[in-house]
Amino acid sequence: MKPFRIILGLFCLLVAIWLVLPTLVIIPMSFNEKKSLAFPPSGFTWHWYENFFTNPDWSSSFFNSLRVAAIVAVTATIVGTLAALGLSRMKHAGAGILRAILITPMVVPGVVLAIGIYAVYLNYQLVGTTLGFVIAHTMLAVPFVLIAVSASLEVFDVRLETAAASLGANRLTTFRTITLPLILPGILSGLLFAFVTSFDEIIVALFITSPYLKTLPVQIYTSITRDADPTVTAVGTIIFLATSLIITGGLIIGSQRRR
Amino acid sequence: MSQTIDTTAPGGSGPRQANGVAAQPRRWRLAAYPSLLALPAVLLLIAAMAYPLLTIVSRSFSEPEWGLQNYVWFFSTDVNIQVLLRTFSISAWVTLVCVIAAYPYAYLMTVVGPRMRLVLILCVLVPFWVSGVVRTLAWVILLQDSGVINSVLKAIGFGGVKLIRTPTGVVIGMAQVLLPFMILPLYSVMRGIDLRLVQAARSLGARPALAFWQVYLPLSLPGVFAGAIIVFILALGFYITPALLGGPRSTMLSTLVQSQVLSLLNWGRGGAMGVVLLVSTFILLALAAPLMRQRHKQASRS
Repeated sequence: MKPFRIILGLFCLLVAIWLVLPTLVIIPMSFNEKKSLAFPPSGFTWHWYENFFTNPDWSSSFFNSLRVAAIVAVTATIVGTLAALGLSRMKHAGAGILRAILITPMVVPGVVLAIGIYAVYLNYQLVGTTLGFVIAHTMLAVPFVLIAVSASLEVFDVRLETAAASLGANRLTTFRTITLPLILPGILSGLLFAFVTSFDEIIVALFITSPYLKTLPVQIYTSITRDADPTVTAVGTIIFLATSLIITGGLIIGSQRRR
Repeated sequence: MSQTIDTTAPGGSGPRQANGVAAQPRRWRLAAYPSLLALPAVLLLIAAMAYPLLTIVSRSFSEPEWGLQNYVWFFSTDVNIQVLLRTFSISAWVTLVCVIAAYPYAYLMTVVGPRMRLVLILCVLVPFWVSGVVRTLAWVILLQDSGVINSVLKAIGFGGVKLIRTPTGVVIGMAQVLLPFMILPLYSVMRGIDLRLVQAARSLGARPALAFWQVYLPLSLPGVFAGAIIVFILALGFYITPALLGGPRSTMLSTLVQSQVLSLLNWGRGGAMGVVLLVSTFILLALAAPLMRQRHKQASRS
């Protein structure tokens, strides 16, 4: 039994390194003095961070992404939560089919969807517009909200709503005071998923982007394919640190609430 | 689908009634048709997914003229068939690598203490903390000829290995991106396996390997199956990783679709390729769905 455990442990250590290494290798590269992506990095400089904040190409694409993702988070959460509520109240077999249909955007190959949306947007002058980005990204994000909210509705006791109604609360009051607070964790994680889906989306964005409206992933992609600009690694490090902070903060708040 | 269409007729501007400000009879109507709440999602799906996909399908049959010429071209051109087969074989390799790497990892997650488990889960989630494109760039840094892996290999005394712009490099990068989709379903299934069943098999005289093979493995198969199908389907449609890590000898179907549409402006041919990719994905899903349901039933029965 002992050697088996050691082999298992070593194997999993390798898998863990394989999972984490690409994230971590970005950080030292972002301080590289040379304008290249060759490993190992040499010297130390803040230059690439400076470039990210001062170069309009980078900062404007960052704010574009932030704006689109914020709108998408709200719209996808509303649309997805409504759908989850409706599906949970449907009793017949149609609910399962409808649910399956609503999560298809997750499995449709990105490029096929992207050329389709591009074709339609060319007709309706939506290429390179915030509205175009928001529509496409909301469609991609709704399945994540639907899954997150459905999960919390599954453990939600419907009798609580009946109890509230029997005490004279109308539907809106019942929803606001009973249902909403109880499924709020699901809605919030759906909101987060929707934000990340939009902020990170690249394939559709590559097609519907224009020189006037670029999102951050598109800017990263073009910068990787065009030249070996180490600003990308600085951006990656900033995103990594921001996400770590948000998640650690969320965990701390969550654990305090539970107490 | 017909359900939602039926219910739109009496409701009119359905979603607004969800606010509950409506008068009594209207409210009653909403309660009777809960599917109305899903209406905005369905409309969005029709506008932003169904309509674009139909546009592509119709263009693949109608450009430059009506007929099957684009499909005839696709299936009679050697390069296309090669790329199609390569897309499937790379996806299969990625799935295989993911199963091999994820199975022991998910198993370890179920047997260690809570602290160690948190560390293992963090290792699965950390890749998600960095934008997908940046992660692919990290793989370029790791795999390139002057990259980390080659530097380490040279330091130990091995010769360099060509990794970037090879199918091997693409598989390594794609499998890392998709590994969490394999580990998480596997873990959720393995967590539910009653380890006393394995102990029972051992106490009846089975050697560890036999107990694993006859008891644990069959019980964990639903997780393997669910993870494998997700990974395979997502791998089929991968675009960014093969485009950045791959070379001309590891082009996948998605890249071909993109170049037909954006570089050659040939919507008919690009559309036909896209339809082939779409149809293969849905055939796979249709094949896997009943299998997965069956396995699930078996697992829950025992």
